[in-house]
Amino acid sequence: MSILVNRHSRVICQGFTGKQGTFHAEQALAYGTQLCGGVTPGRGGSRHLGLPVFDTVHDAVAQTGAEVSMIYVPAAHAADSILEAADAGIALIVCITEGIPVNDMVRVKAALAGRDCRLVGPNCPGVITPGECKVGIMPGFIHQPGRVGIVSRSGTLTYEAVFQTTQLGLGQSSCVGIGGDPVRGMNFIDVLALFEADPATAGIVMVGEIGGGDEEAAAAFIRDHVRKPVVAYIAGVTAPPGKRMGHAGAVIAGGKGTAADKFAALEAAGVRTVRSPAELGSGMRAALG
Amino acid sequence: MNLHEYQAKSLFAEYGIPVPPGRTATTIDEARGAAAALPGEVWVVKAQVHAGGRGKAGGVRLCRSQQAVAEAAAALLGHRLVTKQTGPAGLPIRQILVESGSAIAREIYLSVLLNRDSGRIAFVASAAGGMDIEEVAAREPEKILRIDVHPAAGLQPYQCRRLAFGLGLRGGEVAQFERIARALYRLYLERDLSLVEINPLIVTASGELVALDAKINVEANALYRQPALAAQRDEAQEDAHELEASRHDLNYVSLDGDIACMVNGAGLAMATMDLIKLHGGAPANFLDVGGTATAERVTAAFRLVLSNERVRAVLINIFGGIVRCDVIAEGIVQAVQQVGVQVPVIVRLEGTNAEQARRTLAASGLAITAASDLTDAATKAVALARAAQVAA
Repeated sequence: MSILVNRHSRVICQGFTGKQGTFHAEQALAYGTQLCGGVTPGRGGSRHLGLPVFDTVHDAVAQTGAEVSMIYVPAAHAADSILEAADAGIALIVCITEGIPVNDMVRVKAALAGRDCRLVGPNCPGVITPGECKVGIMPGFIHQPGRVGIVSRSGTLTYEAVFQTTQLGLGQSSCVGIGGDPVRGMNFIDVLALFEADPATAGIVMVGEIGGGDEEAAAAFIRDHVRKPVVAYIAGVTAPPGKRMGHAGAVIAGGKGTAADKFAALEAAGVRTVRSPAELGSGMRAALG
Repeated sequence: MNLHEYQAKSLFAEYGIPVPPGRTATTIDEARGAAAALPGEVWVVKAQVHAGGRGKAGGVRLCRSQQAVAEAAAALLGHRLVTKQTGPAGLPIRQILVESGSAIAREIYLSVLLNRDSGRIAFVASAAGGMDIEEVAAREPEKILRIDVHPAAGLQPYQCRRLAFGLGLRGGEVAQFERIARALYRLYLERDLSLVEINPLIVTASGELVALDAKINVEANALYRQPALAAQRDEAQEDAHELEASRHDLNYVSLDGDIACMVNGAGLAMATMDLIKLHGGAPANFLDVGGTATAERVTAAFRLVLSNERVRAVLINIFGGIVRCDVIAEGIVQAVQQVGVQVPVIVRLEGTNAEQARRTLAASGLAITAASDLTDAATKAVALARAAQVAA
């Protein structure tokens, strides 16, 4: 078991023939992902990486039966691509693209509300179920099939958590990078609920960062609904207020969204927090007993 | 990206939001001329800098004669304004805004921004205008009114009325408020803003609503489709290091410690700063070299962090995923040779081709300290920076 994707997931790539799409589609294929084609408007009917190219997501879904799409379309067109995937009946949309205008995402989020589809990202590393399916830009080789679920707003910090849990022999059930933008698809709570229900996941590593109130909301959810051990780390203790720290969503605004507040909320909810990102793996091992 | 008050007010005027009559000036003569051309007997001279708290810092001056306007201009132009938001160095005043004085009956707070919890554009209003809204929110949260706008429906008249009546506006003021709110929403969307703030929005003695101040942030991700706004960027208001970083497409934020950081990924970059602090040191900067760190970018990043004279050590922390560590290692060697680094360099490389990268660093003959993991890297950086401080 796992969450969101597995060895049977049928995946397409939007922005398939572009530089990013091509590179990461190759990596996904090499990992064993069931990639069954891609979409580049105007290139329909041709082949790329030995797979069919379609003009529209609707065509791709009709021809391949894909239920997952990974999006590598440039920021100016990415919102449109997400909505196209949703309209075509894609169940899981993973948007890797960084730099989508926030007001575009406000419209996308409202348009997706009530639809039977999930969005991961944007501005995220993607989703992986080790040994089965890689949908994103994460380096596959650091992962190991196992029992820790990882959810994070940061790409490279996800890799740290993966690397440490692999080194300790714990491995990962699935890893979800929810992305560094202020308006995004799945949030901590959505992913925590899936991990809690997943029999293959024994414990959960959660990596948050400054900005917004999602970690506080996650803390309340964990207190009420999560029985599995959770280990959490928040990046940005030393970040000055009012400055955007790389990620569009990583900014302390109006005194809200500080790392201290988030650590406090998580600890009050009984979450085991670590003050060093180097202790994510050892913290999880200790929590699992 | 921040706009100046005068730029924001020019956008307000374009969208039909009332602002006081005003003119900008870059010289004392222009300031005197502006006052002569503006109606009334009282003028306000306002320093144009990208920071709040100008009033308390002496950056906003009430003048009762043209001579007083000239004197205020002389006191401000060419000087730096230090407010509680600028840091001790302050910001340069290259322009002032001269406006006709207004007869203020009431002051209101009004802003438009993203509500991250709902993922919607929100209006925030308070009858306690002219004050620091964060203080009001902390002390008297019941005085703050909020509404979220559904992007498909847009701002509704009833929402404007709720805010207006909640603010205690009456009669013709309610209709004026609705016009202003609708114009603000249109401005926010059409110009891809991330914040519009009017503090205060005043009701004049004769019952007119006027935006006495104006603050606008333009959303950085959308600048590509807002060329007219992008052209209004004032680089003189930006931190010199951060400006240089943006030219190389590097994410950089200046901090006041002495250990420079060079990291790939925003989250890991923040975590590296936190690790330095956790082990007793102080980070000199946030720097994310990004996912496509080439030798050229690493060299540019090196020059950037070393241009800060406080730096006593450089900590490089790379988790190579798609980026190969051996390529980064070659970049580090090249940069250290080219730039001539005089401070200890501590390197932690993990991930793709990390072994090969360690061999490259060891074979370079350069004084690079290899670290085995995150904790080792932070403790070594703190120790070496401290040793350099003692030596100096």
